[in-house]
Amino acid sequence: MSVGRTLATARRVLRQLGHDRRTVALLLFVPLFLLTLLHYVFESDPRLFDRVGASLLGIFPLITMFLTTSIATLRERTTGTLERLMAMPLGKGDLIFGYALAFGAFAVLQAGLATAVGVWLLDLDLAGSPWLLLFMALLTALLGIALGLFVSAFAASEFQAVQFMPALIVPQILVCGLFAPRDTMQPALEYASNVLPMSYSVNAMTGVLNGTGIPDHFLRDVAVVVGMALGFLALAAVTLRRRTP
Amino acid sequence: MNDTSRPAVLARRLEVVRGGAPVLKELEFSVPRGTVTGLLGPSGCGKTTLMRAVVGAQARVTGRLDVLGEPAGSAALRHRLGYLTQAPSVYLDLTATQNLDYWAAVLGVGRADRSEHVRSVLADVDLTEHAGALAGRLSSGQRARVSLAVALLGAPELLVLDEPTVGLDPVLRRSLWDLFHRLAAERGATLLISSHVMDEADRCDRLMLMREGRVLAEGTPEELRARTGTDSVEHAFLHLVEADRKARTP
Ligand SMILES: Nc1ncnc2c1ncn2[C@@H]1O[C@H](COP(=O)(O)OP(=O)(O)O)[C@@H](O)[C@H]1O
Ligand SMILES: [Mg+2]
Repeated sequence: MSVGRTLATARRVLRQLGHDRRTVALLLFVPLFLLTLLHYVFESDPRLFDRVGASLLGIFPLITMFLTTSIATLRERTTGTLERLMAMPLGKGDLIFGYALAFGAFAVLQAGLATAVGVWLLDLDLAGSPWLLLFMALLTALLGIALGLFVSAFAASEFQAVQFMPALIVPQILVCGLFAPRDTMQPALEYASNVLPMSYSVNAMTGVLNGTGIPDHFLRDVAVVVGMALGFLALAAVTLRRRTP
Repeated sequence: MNDTSRPAVLARRLEVVRGGAPVLKELEFSVPRGTVTGLLGPSGCGKTTLMRAVVGAQARVTGRLDVLGEPAGSAALRHRLGYLTQAPSVYLDLTATQNLDYWAAVLGVGRADRSEHVRSVLADVDLTEHAGALAGRLSSGQRARVSLAVALLGAPELLVLDEPTVGLDPVLRRSLWDLFHRLAAERGATLLISSHVMDEADRCDRLMLMREGRVLAEGTPEELRARTGTDSVEHAFLHLVEADRKARTP
C-alpha cells in the first residue's frame, strides 16, 4: 500500500462528489428531513423520539454510505476504470482505503450535521455526551462504507447492488434491538443479533442516550464495530481481482 | 530492460478461455520493440481479449506470454505499460485535467511535475481547449481522447491501445498516427494498436491479422501484400481467410 496513492484516490472521490451537488445535498439534508419528520410523528411521546432518533443518527449514515459506496465502486467496475486502475501500480488497499477515507470524511459532515440538528433543534434528550453519540455514528457510517465496498464485488449491476440494502441492512435494523429488546426475540434471532455489528452500534448509542459518562460495554461495542468495519474493508481489498474473466 | 533486441511481446501457445469457450487458440506471435504494430481483424475475433492478456487484466490465460521480458501481469510491468481500454474509461464527473491528475498520481508522477505532464499529454491529444470541461460533457470523440491521454501518461515503454482512432475525424486520426510514430521514433516506445477496419493498416510498421481467435499472418504491410499477391491489406486479409478455410476443410 502507498499513502500517496490512497490519498490521491480519496481526493479524486471527493472531487467527483464535488461535481455532483445534488447528491451532496441529498446526502446531507435527507437525514435532517427524516429526523424532523420523526420528531413530529412522535410528538406525543418525546421519549420514543429520543430512543429511535438516537439510533437513527447512526443508521442513516450507514444506509446512505452503504448505497453510495456500493454504487460508486460498481460504477468503477462497469465503466472500465477499475480494469485500468488494476493494470496500473495501484494497490488494492490503496483503492479501498481511499474510498473509505473519502466517504468517511463525508460521513463526518453528514453525521455531524444530523447530530447537531437532532440535539439542538429537535430537542433530542441525551443523558450522555453528544460527542460520544457522534463518534458512534461515525463508526457506524464506516461500517456502512466497508459493507458497501465489500458487497459491490458481488453485484453485476446497479439493480443488484441496490437490492443488497434490503437484503443485508434491513434485517440488521430489525434485529438490532430498536424494534424489540434483543433478549425478548426468538432465540435464533437473538443469536443472530449477537453476531451482527449494527446491534453493537445501537447498543452503544442507546447507552449514551440513557446514562451519563461512558456507557457499559461502550469499549466492547466500539471494538466490535471497528473490527467488523476493518475486517470488511480488508475483505473488500482481498476480493478485488486484477484479472477478470 | 535495455535488451532491445528481444521482442516487446512474445506469445507461445497462448490460449484464453472466456465464458467457457476458447477465444484465443494457440497464438504464436512477437511484437518487435520500437515498432507500431497493428492488430487487425473483424469484430469479435479476440483483439480486446489479447490486449487484456498483455496488460494482465485477463483471467484464464495459459501458455507463455512475455511482456518487456517479464511474464504478462507482473507487478513490475504496471509502471511500464500504457493501456487504452476499448470503451473510454475515465471519470465522467471529473474534468479532463482532474482525470489526468489522478491517473498521473496513480502512476507515481510527483506532485511538482504533475500539472506540466498533464498539460503536455492533453496537448498531444489536442484537448488543451477542453482541459477544464467535465469528461461527461465532452463529445464521444473528445472523451475517447481523454482516455487516450491517460494511456500516454508516465512515458510507458509499451502502449496497448484498443481501437484508439475509431469514431474520430480524418484530420485527428492522421495527427494521432503521427503522434504514435513520434512516440516510437523519439522515445523508442512500442505500440500495439488494434482496429477492426483495414483502412489504417498502411499506417502501421507491422501487422498481425487475426480471425476467430487465431493469427492468420504477421509482417509488414508490403510483405503481406507481396505474399498474397494483392494490392491492399484488405484484399490480403480476404485472400488469407480463403486460403485458411481451404487448408482447414479436408
Ligand atoms: N466478458 C466476456 N465473457 C465471455 N466471453 C466474452 C467476453 N467478452 C468477450 N467475449 C467473447 O470473446 C470473443 C472475443 O471478443 P473480443 O476480444 O472482445 O473481440 P474483439 O475485440 O476482436 O472485437 C467474442 O466471441 C466474445 O463473444
Ligand atoms: Mg474489441
